[in-house]
Amino acid sequence: MKKSSRYSLFLGCTIPARGRNYELSARKVAAQLGLELVDMDEYICCGFPIKSADLSSALILAAYNLALAKKQGLDVCTLCSSCTSALTEAVHHLDKDENAREVVNKSLAKAGLVYESPVRVRHFARILYEEIGPDAIQKHFQKDLSDLHIAIHYGCHYLKPSEIYDGFDNVENPKTLDALVSITGAKVVDYAGKKRCCGGPILPIDEKTALAVAKQKLDDIVAAGANAMCLVCPFCAVMYDSNQKGIETEFETSYNLPVLYLPQLLGIAMGFDRKELGLNMNVVKTKDLLAGYFDKE
Amino acid sequence: MPDIDLGKTDPNFMRELTKRPGGERISACLTCQTCVASCPITEVNGTFNPARIIRMTLYGLREEVLGGDFIWLCTSCYACQERCPQGVRITEFMTQLKNMAVEAGYIPSGVKAQLDLVTGQGRIYPIDDFDNKKRNKIDLPSLPTSCDVVEKIFPKEG
Repeated sequence: MKKSSRYSLFLGCTIPARGRNYELSARKVAAQLGLELVDMDEYICCGFPIKSADLSSALILAAYNLALAKKQGLDVCTLCSSCTSALTEAVHHLDKDENAREVVNKSLAKAGLVYESPVRVRHFARILYEEIGPDAIQKHFQKDLSDLHIAIHYGCHYLKPSEIYDGFDNVENPKTLDALVSITGAKVVDYAGKKRCCGGPILPIDEKTALAVAKQKLDDIVAAGANAMCLVCPFCAVMYDSNQKGIETEFETSYNLPVLYLPQLLGIAMGFDRKELGLNMNVVKTKDLLAGYFDKE
Repeated sequence: MPDIDLGKTDPNFMRELTKRPGGERISACLTCQTCVASCPITEVNGTFNPARIIRMTLYGLREEVLGGDFIWLCTSCYACQERCPQGVRITEFMTQLKNMAVEAGYIPSGVKAQLDLVTGQGRIYPIDDFDNKKRNKIDLPSLPTSCDVVEKIFPKEG
């Protein structure tokens, strides 16, 4: 296997605990497409959750994980958008700031590691788009998902801050996930607040405000006539899938809008079954939505 | 907001901030309100207003800004920073304000809990043997349960 199809998989904190459906489906889709995801040993938090409290410690956490990948000799593949931005930002910071590199490496030396350029970090969806490409992915499909009307949620850190992502996609008019979803035959539904944040990072600070932000998007999606949502970050899924019931109760409304991770959607088109894609773990039930794509159980 | 008491302003506040990465260009703010129009939080909760926070900082209202609950409502979504016509690095500036608030002793309990978990145990959701059993049952590989390395890179004081 050529080197560029092997990646060091950085799972982060949220996915192994609250996004096993994402992990499961991503591993299945990766294997189908010939991407080898090598698990990173003894990784720790990417640093994102503590940036607001302590930027220097956050940078050390990110650098530790980058140094682990360097030791493996592989590029990093992330599934969580917040991990993607925290790790990519650290690469940019450390590569242009010699003092920061020295400080960080003093801490990493205690763990027998060193941060050295280059380490490349990319989100799983970006790797699919750039390294395999929508046309080649489509060749693996067995099912046409044209009954689905999908509202895509890009989230924030898959694309922003744009200056760390080397011109990948377009913040104001993103298209990479649109391309990856539309190859399944599903109709991509445009909606008013497509670029809006999920509100997730302030959930531990002010739950009501966080849920109100998420509600805005669910309202827009339902108004536009989509029958499911597709996303690429476990934080966002916590807001729209795990907390959808809570939003319905808090604001006395009802959505019943299934939320699918991108590799779950691609995996359905590839012919994997429900359990292989962890669809039984999605909080908002997907059974009715997907009834036409699976044999009766 | 009540009238500003000029006797309580602190010009060093802005100077300190402009020395931190992300704070350099805040005095370039034109108050055009593009950040406010782009902010998903302001849309649902008017107590958070990025342009007002920039103004308060420029006026030197140190205590009001660092001690305010509102600075913690920024989700770091970068919508404002991407669109600022003056190149003010608003999201990074907000993160610096939060760091300065923590240094001054203001830290919300949820943020403190995350900081303690991550620097103490290595992850927000530590993995134990029970989690690994659940993972193996659905064909996911076991993950290392210890993150002992955090004790090396963040040695406990005293």
